[in-house]
Amino acid sequence: MSKIYLLIPLLPLVGFFINILFGRWYIKDKAHWVSVPLVGVSLVIALATIAKVISGKVINEDLYSWIISGTFKVSVGFLVDQLTAVMLLVVTGVSFLVHVYSIGYMHGDKGYYRFFAFLNLFTFSMLMLIMSNNFLQLYFGWEAVGLCSYFLIGFWYEKKSASDAGKKAFIVNRFGDLGFGLGVILIFLTFGTIHYAPVFKAVAGIVGQTIPIMGYSVDLVTLIALLLFCGAVGKSAQLPLHVWLPDAMEGPTPVSALIHAATMVTAGVFMVARCNAIFTLSPVAMNVVAIVGAVTALFAATIGLVQNDIKRIIAYSTCSQLGYMFLACGVGAYSSGIFHLFTHGFFKALLFLGAGSVMHAMSGELDIWKMGGLKKHMKVTYWTFMLASLSIAGIPGFAGFFSKDEILWQTYLRGDLGKVLYVMATLTALLTAFYSFRIVFVTFHGKFRGTHEQEHHLHESAPAMTIPLVILAIGAVVTGWIGVPKIIGEAMGLEHSTWFFDFLAPVVGHPQTEGTHAEEMMVIMISIIAGVTGILLSLFLYSRQGERADKLLENPVLQRIHKVLWNKYYVDELYSFIIVRPTLWIAKHIVEGFSDIGIIESIVNGVPMSIGRLSEKMRTVQSGLVSNYAIVMAVAMFLIIALMNLR
Amino acid sequence: MVGLNWYMWLSLTVFCIGMVGFLTRRNIIIVFMSIELMLNAVNINLVAISHFMQDLRGQVLTFFIIAVAAAEAAIGLAILIAIFRTKGVAHVDEATEMKG
Repeated sequence: MSKIYLLIPLLPLVGFFINILFGRWYIKDKAHWVSVPLVGVSLVIALATIAKVISGKVINEDLYSWIISGTFKVSVGFLVDQLTAVMLLVVTGVSFLVHVYSIGYMHGDKGYYRFFAFLNLFTFSMLMLIMSNNFLQLYFGWEAVGLCSYFLIGFWYEKKSASDAGKKAFIVNRFGDLGFGLGVILIFLTFGTIHYAPVFKAVAGIVGQTIPIMGYSVDLVTLIALLLFCGAVGKSAQLPLHVWLPDAMEGPTPVSALIHAATMVTAGVFMVARCNAIFTLSPVAMNVVAIVGAVTALFAATIGLVQNDIKRIIAYSTCSQLGYMFLACGVGAYSSGIFHLFTHGFFKALLFLGAGSVMHAMSGELDIWKMGGLKKHMKVTYWTFMLASLSIAGIPGFAGFFSKDEILWQTYLRGDLGKVLYVMATLTALLTAFYSFRIVFVTFHGKFRGTHEQEHHLHESAPAMTIPLVILAIGAVVTGWIGVPKIIGEAMGLEHSTWFFDFLAPVVGHPQTEGTHAEEMMVIMISIIAGVTGILLSLFLYSRQGERADKLLENPVLQRIHKVLWNKYYVDELYSFIIVRPTLWIAKHIVEGFSDIGIIESIVNGVPMSIGRLSEKMRTVQSGLVSNYAIVMAVAMFLIIALMNLR
Repeated sequence: MVGLNWYMWLSLTVFCIGMVGFLTRRNIIIVFMSIELMLNAVNINLVAISHFMQDLRGQVLTFFIIAVAAAEAAIGLAILIAIFRTKGVAHVDEATEMKG
């Protein structure tokens, strides 16, 4: 029974095989009877495993040798430590709730069985990713979740925009994964192994070593860390590879909640935290991680301010929150980053599922300006969405407050660079509150602005959808209380207030804190003020059908800023100009025009054509006249005999 | 005394007559007769050399050739009748269906 944890990833895999093999003809719209119980059992086993980890039992074992080639040895192995335990809870928990939610949301879709099959496959892949004990298995999970993400973004593949978005996500991720793959190779070349434990043990010994690259000598640890971070940038949609995440919203909303909010996109943060032994040794890499995180947080938040598509606003918000997590990792507060990952998993999944519930009621409408006044029609959705928004805005008491505050405080402590990043992060907190409540006010308050039919159709979603909302809402409120900052915990007389950070300490260590209480209090107050200001600003601008916001936009300077933000800083256009179009030009004129048509096709078509021409000549030899053949035979015979006698 | 050479010249003459007949005539029956001539030229050769070398194996082979020639003639005549029935003539240059 000691290996029962293996069932955690394997049960969803079983569900995938059953649904993909028998779904089309036999299971059809009963697919959830396969998937949901399997993921449910997986969740229960995961909880039992987590309980074991909490009691101090860490699993790390190799099951069998996967590849043995010379000095290259890789086993399939599983590592369930404190960090994995946290991820296990997020992945299996959110996955289970999303599975349940999908019963209601995907009801009647013709790809119903396919949807559940891919959700199962995704759950399996993600679990393999977090439970692996070596880099290769991590890489396997890493690519497999990317593949599932591609399948599920392009789930409605008849829609061109959806299949394009799937391709975009996959291709953009290639750029990051290239770096990640090189990082893993470099780790093998340096350490001779790719299993976590020996690598992390040996990494301290290579500090200061350099390797020459094109004439420059590069610090080895920094290079490894940055290459690994490349992968994280792609997967977690950080600048400059963030462009795929907003487009990924073409997929069904449960997918956005599970893959593009709670789990897959956080794999980058998980990986950086897992490799903290490597990152910590390279101050340069740490600064890069922190800066990329902070810049992405602010950058994505500003774009989120002006978008009108409810799912895209939340997608930019995800980008921005992931930026926070990287910021935390970059300043060495890995446990804070993972804490934010943990709370974010709940409130962001809730926001997406809430948005899905709204879309369901609005027959697929995405534009928040065509909604309005939904509060009285959808009580459960409204209140759960409200709780999630309060949580993400950082209102005291809610989960988002504790985790975000911890990141701000840790950033504040990291010298001059930390102060700059702190200001950016605090500004982001204000913007986050603003755009989150912009959705709430525009969508749920005011007058209904959609069509008459839509208004008639408005309804609260089925229990299969609202129950997961309620459970996630509970999570979005209470999960913060396992990681209360010490200063507040002491003030409230809580014991073990920093339980979460102590729990993770064996894996990621404790960040060094040297700040005074007064400073910490100040950071907390500023963060609360930022959150409240954002909400009030949003209330002021958007309470009367957005009248005041419209009036504000008459200012030409703001108009210009709005245009830039509305076009997402023209990043997509820039990429189209410097990457997509040159690539297509090369494809058309050089690959197709020159080598394909010029070389390959001329060989492929030329050979049969010349054979054909030759045969055309040759066929006249066979006249069908017996006497002709006889003459040839006679002459040939004569010649043969003559030749034989001449010798 | 009639030497071996005489037989060889006779054989060669008969063979050439057969070959020329085979190559030039259109009538299938004549063509068949020409084939028989060529086969018999070979037979003359075999018998003559067999006698000259005092070895009976050559004469045994001759009987085989005569038997094979008879079988060949039977099949050939059957084909001839089939061609005659479908085409109404028995000319070799009419049967060119197998040309490329």
